[in-house]
Amino acid sequence: MRFESPTTTKAAVSLLAAEKGVSHVLAGGTDLLVRMKMGAIEPDLVVDVKRIDTMAALTVAASGVHIGGAVPAAELGESEKLRTLWPGVVEAANLIGSDQIQGRCTVVGNLCNASPAADSVPALIAAGAKALVIGPNGKRRVSVDKIVLGPGRTSLGHGEFIEAIVLPARAPKSGDAYLRFTPRTEMDIAVVSAAVNLTLARGVVKTAKVVLGAVAPTAISVPAAARALIGTKLDDAALEKMAKACRAACNPIDDKRGTVEYRTKVAGVLGRRAALLAFERAGGRK
Amino acid sequence: MNGVTVSTTVNGDAVQFVCPPSESLLDVLRNRLNLTGVKEGCGTGDCGACSITLDGRLVCACLVLGAEAEGREVGTVEGMSENGELHPLQVQFIENAALQCGICTPGFLVAAKALLERNPNPTEEEIRYGLAGNLCRCTGYDKIVRAVQAAAKIMRKGRKS
Repeated sequence: MRFESPTTTKAAVSLLAAEKGVSHVLAGGTDLLVRMKMGAIEPDLVVDVKRIDTMAALTVAASGVHIGGAVPAAELGESEKLRTLWPGVVEAANLIGSDQIQGRCTVVGNLCNASPAADSVPALIAAGAKALVIGPNGKRRVSVDKIVLGPGRTSLGHGEFIEAIVLPARAPKSGDAYLRFTPRTEMDIAVVSAAVNLTLARGVVKTAKVVLGAVAPTAISVPAAARALIGTKLDDAALEKMAKACRAACNPIDDKRGTVEYRTKVAGVLGRRAALLAFERAGGRK
Repeated sequence: MNGVTVSTTVNGDAVQFVCPPSESLLDVLRNRLNLTGVKEGCGTGDCGACSITLDGRLVCACLVLGAEAEGREVGTVEGMSENGELHPLQVQFIENAALQCGICTPGFLVAAKALLERNPNPTEEEIRYGLAGNLCRCTGYDKIVRAVQAAAKIMRKGRKS
């Protein structure tokens, strides 16, 4: 195995594109190194991207947020401005693993690991985040929901990687929230999760996005659930309609951590609670 | 071996080593630098026995490659005592009998130090969440939480004087 730590994305692209064997990008390494240790992968080349300035950068403004692909999740939680603008994205990212894992893991890594239960992914999709993909054929800007194809599979081509995640401009009177259910209180993987992002106008929901995690092979947007919220102040009828849409969208696995029936029911409960929390954060009053 | 030559700082001292590119920082610290305070429990980032700081951030040394340490600052349990005096956390772990077999202790100490630097007056719940990345199969955690609370109190007093 070769280890390289380039200082520009251009150099990283060249290294990855030129490698004929198995190559991997190393950001936080909290998934990659575990897979190497287990012998699941044997890379010929590992490219550490943490010394690339744009990938180590976090810039936060209401006009847009740039989360470099090598920024550890802990750093997101340390930005008061980001917590204020996108509390749902931050709480989702900060739920990944322990403090030790937080010091290393990245949202780009969480996305590219392509687990159906990835915590940050539903919140990023709900936020309308874009991935800045870079590779031998140049740069492209891809909606985050187009990256993961299925468990462990992404749409990234040979030599491509994600330089950064970009969150759009934040309208006033907006709020987002992420909730997950785990059997334990900490250090566990979501059995069901829900992210809601919404913007109010004159006290009612003007735009909304509802995304569920761990109930299908990928995180899924539920437009019917979002529509149920629009034009309302989240009255009981709207919330019930939304929860029903969440349940209808579920296509979960059945295992010892949660049965299909259980995951489906909890998806409705979490969707409703996340909507209420996002509404409150947006300054909404019932 | 096509080794990587790495210059780094460990507990304030400049250190150089050569290691295979796939070797973890945990193995480098233990086997090349003889810093055996850092322990290997799971080797997959679940147990926290190999907790260290890397540029001031708490991480698991098993999930860092030795090669990544180039130019960084590494902190281990061996750097906690100063001028031969144990750190208040170390003293309180002894006072409160917050260990039995001892394998998890260095990781707990490093993680607790990082926790108290960020939050000098944590609640019991904050301590339990903050140390959730460290596993102990002996103590049942209660004595560890008490030791951290006692050390935090002493450290807060020390700061005022």
